Amino acid sequence: MKLLERLSFAVLMMLALTLAAPAQEVAAPPPAPVTERQTLDDILARQKGESAARHHRDTDSAAGQAESIGGQLGTLGGASDSDVWEALRFGTADVKVSAGGAPARVVMQDRGMWWLTFREGRLSNWGFFFWIGLVTFLVIFYLLRGRIMVSGGLSGIKVVRFTAIERFAHWMLAGSLMLLGATGLLLLFGRTWFMPYIGKDIYATIAHYSKLVHNNVSWAFMLGLVLVFLFWVHHNVPRRIDLTWFAQGGGIFGNKHPPARKFNAGQKILFWTVILLGASVSASGLSLIFPFEFNLFAPTFATLNDLGVPALLGMDPFPTQLSPQEEMQFAQLWHVIASFGLMALTTAHIYIGTIGMQGAFHAMGSGEVDLNWANDHHKLWVEEMDEKTRRLADKVSPAE
Amino acid sequence: MRAMYLAFAATIVIGVVAHYALEQIGYSSQDRYSSDSVRLD
Repeated sequence: MKLLERLSFAVLMMLALTLAAPAQEVAAPPPAPVTERQTLDDILARQKGESAARHHRDTDSAAGQAESIGGQLGTLGGASDSDVWEALRFGTADVKVSAGGAPARVVMQDRGMWWLTFREGRLSNWGFFFWIGLVTFLVIFYLLRGRIMVSGGLSGIKVVRFTAIERFAHWMLAGSLMLLGATGLLLLFGRTWFMPYIGKDIYATIAHYSKLVHNNVSWAFMLGLVLVFLFWVHHNVPRRIDLTWFAQGGGIFGNKHPPARKFNAGQKILFWTVILLGASVSASGLSLIFPFEFNLFAPTFATLNDLGVPALLGMDPFPTQLSPQEEMQFAQLWHVIASFGLMALTTAHIYIGTIGMQGAFHAMGSGEVDLNWANDHHKLWVEEMDEKTRRLADKVSPAE
Repeated sequence: MRAMYLAFAATIVIGVVAHYALEQIGYSSQDRYSSDSVRLD
């Protein structure tokens, strides 16, 4: 009896499956007849610009039957795509995020590609050629002028030019600037100039450590900058005697040595440029180390617009509504521009402090310079020192 | 030249201290320029 039941069940199941199969065939869309499938003739006709008959499979799909976007039941409820994308592009969309703050609300950054293209293109190229141009100029200058020698030769008498703490501050600034320059250039040029040759893995390691060194050495740079400013600011106040230095072209050509105190007018220009560019590089660098924490450029641009600077330069007013990302991008661009300026100054400074002028390096090496060198380049300073020494000697052993 | 070597040594010390200090307050490069969805190591 049980066997009969099982047989009956099996027969019923087979019947059910047989009936179900045609039902599925009816529900499925009919396969396209062979004659309606796309043929080579169709493709060639389309390539010639002739309108080929559309096949039913092109239109017979769920998407084809959906309510159009502009319709009341469309996916956007009647709003056009362009409205949405325009709002996202120009930052007027009401974007809500659960984390990340203002930077995360920027879904699309319209001017981001301009920054990337400028950074990897003109900024890098102009900076590089500017520096190469300067080095070329120095080489030509050296070939024409030669090394500036101490007139009358070295006397062998030493004069203290810079104290140990002054030299410490100078070398902290100089050493950190060298490291920052090298790592900064690796980060700026690495991806486009080096990575294709050394590979992504090696460059990733180099970039990682460059960033690490760059961020952390920056504090020594800022400290060195502050120390140098404090030690030397009173020697770098512009004075009337600086006009003589300019009038004589700094004594660059010929054998004349314009009189100068501790720092001549050229050194004063170097000092103030390093201080101002260094402070500016530090400010933009800090905004990059602490991203999105403080905005530098929107208020700066607003001030420049109020002063009429863009009009003077024949430019449109600077943008004052900046997304958080744009603030970072402008900080990065300015950081690079000011750094190129610093590197150019440093290159010229290194030249004149080493191969360009006999006896100059000792001022920062041992701290002592030859008396004849001092008389050549800082005659008024030597006289001041003599006067100070004389007064001190008078105090120690007053005349009877 | 002692002042120069001392300055270079001080630069390195400041850099190392800054690295650990920034890490402590959550401002290391890795912290600021990545999120949990980025694999760092």
